[in-house]
Amino acid sequence: MTVWIFRRLIQAVFVMLAMTVIVFVGVNVIGDPVEILISPDADQAERIRAIAALGLDKPLWEQYLRFLWGAVRGDLGRSFVFNEPALQLISQRMPATLELAVTAVLLAVVLGIPLGLLAGLYPHSLFGRLAMAGSILGFSLPSFWVGLMFIMIFAVQLGWLPSTGRGATVTVFGIPWSFLTRDGLAHMAMPAFNLALGNIALVLRLTRSGVRENMPMDYVRFARAKGLSPQRVVFVHVLKNIMIPVVTVLGLQFGSTVAFAVVTESVFAWPGMGKLIIDSINVLDRPVIVAYLMMIVLMFVTINLIVDLLYTVLDPRVRIGGAE
Amino acid sequence: MSATVQREITPFRRFAADYASNKIAVVALIGVVIIVFLALFANLIAPQNPYDLAQLDIMDGRLPPGAKSPAGWTYWLGTDDQGRDMFSGILYGLRISLGVGFGSAATAGVIGSALGLIAAYAGGWVETAIMRLVDLQLSFPAILVALMILAFLGKGVMNVMLALVIVEWARYARTARAAALVERRREYVEAAECLALPQWRVLFRHILPNCMPPLIVIGAIQVASAILLEATLSFLGLGVPITEPSLGLLIANGYQYMLSGKYWISFYPGLALLVTIVCLNLVADQLRDVLNPRLQR
Repeated sequence: MTVWIFRRLIQAVFVMLAMTVIVFVGVNVIGDPVEILISPDADQAERIRAIAALGLDKPLWEQYLRFLWGAVRGDLGRSFVFNEPALQLISQRMPATLELAVTAVLLAVVLGIPLGLLAGLYPHSLFGRLAMAGSILGFSLPSFWVGLMFIMIFAVQLGWLPSTGRGATVTVFGIPWSFLTRDGLAHMAMPAFNLALGNIALVLRLTRSGVRENMPMDYVRFARAKGLSPQRVVFVHVLKNIMIPVVTVLGLQFGSTVAFAVVTESVFAWPGMGKLIIDSINVLDRPVIVAYLMMIVLMFVTINLIVDLLYTVLDPRVRIGGAE
Repeated sequence: MSATVQREITPFRRFAADYASNKIAVVALIGVVIIVFLALFANLIAPQNPYDLAQLDIMDGRLPPGAKSPAGWTYWLGTDDQGRDMFSGILYGLRISLGVGFGSAATAGVIGSALGLIAAYAGGWVETAIMRLVDLQLSFPAILVALMILAFLGKGVMNVMLALVIVEWARYARTARAAALVERRREYVEAAECLALPQWRVLFRHILPNCMPPLIVIGAIQVASAILLEATLSFLGLGVPITEPSLGLLIANGYQYMLSGKYWISFYPGLALLVTIVCLNLVADQLRDVLNPRLQR
């Protein structure tokens, strides 16, 4: 077990290293580093001085080591636009994105699991078939277009919800949060639900197929024969067995949700790091782009690691299989 | 004894009959055919060439659906801010969306399947290298990989296609390898090898045709997801340039007019996109059921 964790850790470090190479090559070989790292207003003498100062006249491997050393110390350059350390900019915007993504995943659990249970228990009913058709729609709908339609209906036509921005926030531990105020919640409703749509469809399908797989099993028949109430069989016995795949997929899905928040944040002008990265790409503020990519890769590697570890804790079969 | 001639049941007829067992899937297939037809002949069907500035009148800008133009014909889906007929704009946009979607899915299919087959057949370090790359790539979501590539390359139709190919090849490679690992143990492969046929011939002429069913299914799914991803990237302003607007860019153009209630500039291109994706997904679903009942999404 310890050996396995250790091996998995080393693997994560290697993935991280591979990604730094890709991002470094992307910025320094495919793009022009002089244009990327030096302000376009600089004159010729300034450019040469800056090239020497940034070490761009050194061989590529040496430049890469410098970049890596900077990244380890949390120094990924300064933004041209904001003239602030890029990493600091990203971390300032991160809570807004995480707040949105966590809410979206919670919505997926709260709505997806009950709907999936019902659809699985009554697969041939009208509701069961509607839920399946709806979930296909959930995968097919262009999420950014749905966001626009939400704004159209709920903000413009009905005037129920504010269309853009984060609303009033409350500062806790030095970080502003929206979910603690009524206004903030109103601002969050549409983007969070928009971001959750795909996840709801996914959880619904997973839960439904889990229920259908588990219901004919011996342990369910035994629990029934023991005289347990149908509610207890479904909510305690079956649900427990369905939760392992649902939790795993949701854990992995959390990273995708954060990445996909780029789209939702652009539609609803939610001031998170996704909106920052799109703005930065449009004005070629590359230090911020590099910082965003490194942060999100780090997040992904960490999430994959945690899900793998949790999986071994939750499901003993994986642990035994891994030991062989 | 009946005198009727027994019709021969060819594999294609059996396949067609299996496919037709689901009426919704048949409707979806007809939908896909119509959409492809509309896109291919956009220049003949569209009442106006939306990118010929001589045909545009800025005074016609942002007219609601059903409004009449000064020339006397009707804008059934309204006009955008430049006075373009939305229906014509959507037809031309479909062309770019479908071109990018089918083109990148096909290119990724060829590259990914070839690498997957080679991985399965060669084994050893070649297989490890290819499959590790696949695992690495599939652990990141498609939108993030595409975003990263376009941040390096900048926008443009070719760059979007390249990004989509890089995003999509891994799934084909994984599917092709899984199918080829099963096939290569079969007798016909052994027979072909005994005939001392060259390896590439065994691989691509004997094994590949038997791996096609799952690859076709993945291909259909990938076309839909490529179109959706392209639309998303173009909406974000990272995809196609303004001179070649796909459906995603048309939707983005309508964004600023949404708040003043001019819904049609974003609504109709989005509807066209939605119908396209739903039809493609339904076709892919039925293909999966017919071609390979074991393969679950």
